Amino acid sequence: MPRARNPATVFLICLFCVCALLGQFPAEAKEEQLVITGSSTMAPLVSEMGKRFESLHTGTRIDVQAGGSSRGIADVLNGLADIGMASRALKAQENDLYGVVIAHDGVTVILHSNNPIQALTDDQIKGIYIGVITNWKTVGGLDAPITVVNKAEGRSTLELFLHYFTLSNRDIKAHVVIGDNEQGIKTVAGNPHAIGYVSIGTAQYDATHGVPIRLLPLRNIPATLKTVREGTFPLSRPLTLVTKSSPAGLMKIFIDFARSSQVHDLILKQYFVPLQG
Amino acid sequence: MISSSSNISSRSKGDYLLSGTVRLLALMAGGLLLLVVSFLIHESWPALQHIGFWRFFSDPDWYPTEDSYQLTPMIWGTIWATAGSVLLASPLGILSALFCHFYAPPLLSRWYRRMVELLAGIPSVVFGFWGLVVLVPLIGRWHPPGPSLLAGILILTLMIIPTIMLVAHASIAHVPVAYIHSASALGLSRWSMIWHIILPTTKVGLLTGILLGLARALGETMAVLMVCGNVVRTPSHLFDPIRTLTANIALEMAYALGDHRAALFVSGLLLMGLVVLFVSMAEGLRHRNTYVATK
Repeated sequence: MPRARNPATVFLICLFCVCALLGQFPAEAKEEQLVITGSSTMAPLVSEMGKRFESLHTGTRIDVQAGGSSRGIADVLNGLADIGMASRALKAQENDLYGVVIAHDGVTVILHSNNPIQALTDDQIKGIYIGVITNWKTVGGLDAPITVVNKAEGRSTLELFLHYFTLSNRDIKAHVVIGDNEQGIKTVAGNPHAIGYVSIGTAQYDATHGVPIRLLPLRNIPATLKTVREGTFPLSRPLTLVTKSSPAGLMKIFIDFARSSQVHDLILKQYFVPLQG
Repeated sequence: MISSSSNISSRSKGDYLLSGTVRLLALMAGGLLLLVVSFLIHESWPALQHIGFWRFFSDPDWYPTEDSYQLTPMIWGTIWATAGSVLLASPLGILSALFCHFYAPPLLSRWYRRMVELLAGIPSVVFGFWGLVVLVPLIGRWHPPGPSLLAGILILTLMIIPTIMLVAHASIAHVPVAYIHSASALGLSRWSMIWHIILPTTKVGLLTGILLGLARALGETMAVLMVCGNVVRTPSHLFDPIRTLTANIALEMAYALGDHRAALFVSGLLLMGLVVLFVSMAEGLRHRNTYVATK
């Protein structure tokens, strides 16, 4: 027969457990900690680097949070983070910050793999995004309306795309607005008449894992890891670690680690492009 | 807990401890709500100051990085998606509850209710994911592009049916047995008993369930974010994409700075206002006498 417990006892036991758990945290505060925030494109990669770094340097903790490149830079400026992640080069007005490139990423235009179109010119892509071209027939495809997939405001992928095609977000006539790369790929994979743009790393990973999408070349240059590494792919960007002052101490050790060959396999695994081939 | 004391008004030490703790917790829960509201107001204050309240309705469109902040299309998006799903889910939920009580054999009824309870426990992101990979392509084949108000309504309907059904079920269970016995004694058919006795008696309970479902639909974020298309435009028909206030916050908050960020808090504040309105309606109805006299 189960013992009867009154609710007050059960509640007090729960309360005690919660307090005991909370009490655990101050004990860990002695570790040396780096807070890294910023680009959601870089966060998974830097998080993996952080795990490897922690296992090599005992007593360190690398805390990685995603929130967008602008957030990463703002956090570094406000002192909320030790290192910021920006999936773009630093802007001219950010000259007072220190940026170190750890890898490259490319943004690629994607179509459903059932779409017969093999390539589009820059003008055609621009035409589709500003709503001048609304049917695939116009660019030599099937007679079907085009579904334009755009990114939400503030994302660096959007910024890079707009900058390359010299567009303002206001010009774009989108049918779907998406948040992260995966959502964009799922949207295009589920609609044979959609066009979208995402990070090459994510797109190539999904395309080689059976997701029905096709990566389009730009200016006849195929969207591959190789062309991005060589710097020939037009729509590419550097992945940058940003610090407020010249990196020193643990920060410097981590940044050197992130640039070293020790993490090449991690960069390749995420379909980003390491500094040296 | 049943006190060993024969008189329930005489309190033991344990009672004092429990009542003290419970009061403290109640205070904390109440304080938390106040804290959230004041936080929302505090965070959206810069936007209300710099941009001004009316510009959220009078600006031409929503391009926060270009200093244009109209929220009206998203308010409409939120209202249409919520209204559509409540219109669909209410009859389905109430009919399911009636089926459970009056038509289904006991074993089926019990399992059916378990399944609906399970449905209530499925995380919204799972509904959203299913919507994105199954429902949206299906709608896209019928009427491209696919992500639309309709997809949002259907997903929300699935999510709020359990709420409406379970509340309806509970209020039907509270109908005095004497009513049902009298109906049987009068030789009423099952349907006329439901129509003339059960539904009028449980009207308030059913409405409460609908309003709770409505509040849930209003606040839902992940699922609608994944299936609605998120284009900021007032929808003109079911296949137009919409962006809800919640999706707006979730999509842009991680990347927003300055006034843009504060403007997102304003959309949160508007949403909070809508939720408070509906929840207080539900409360008002709940406090009325449940067993109103019927004709």
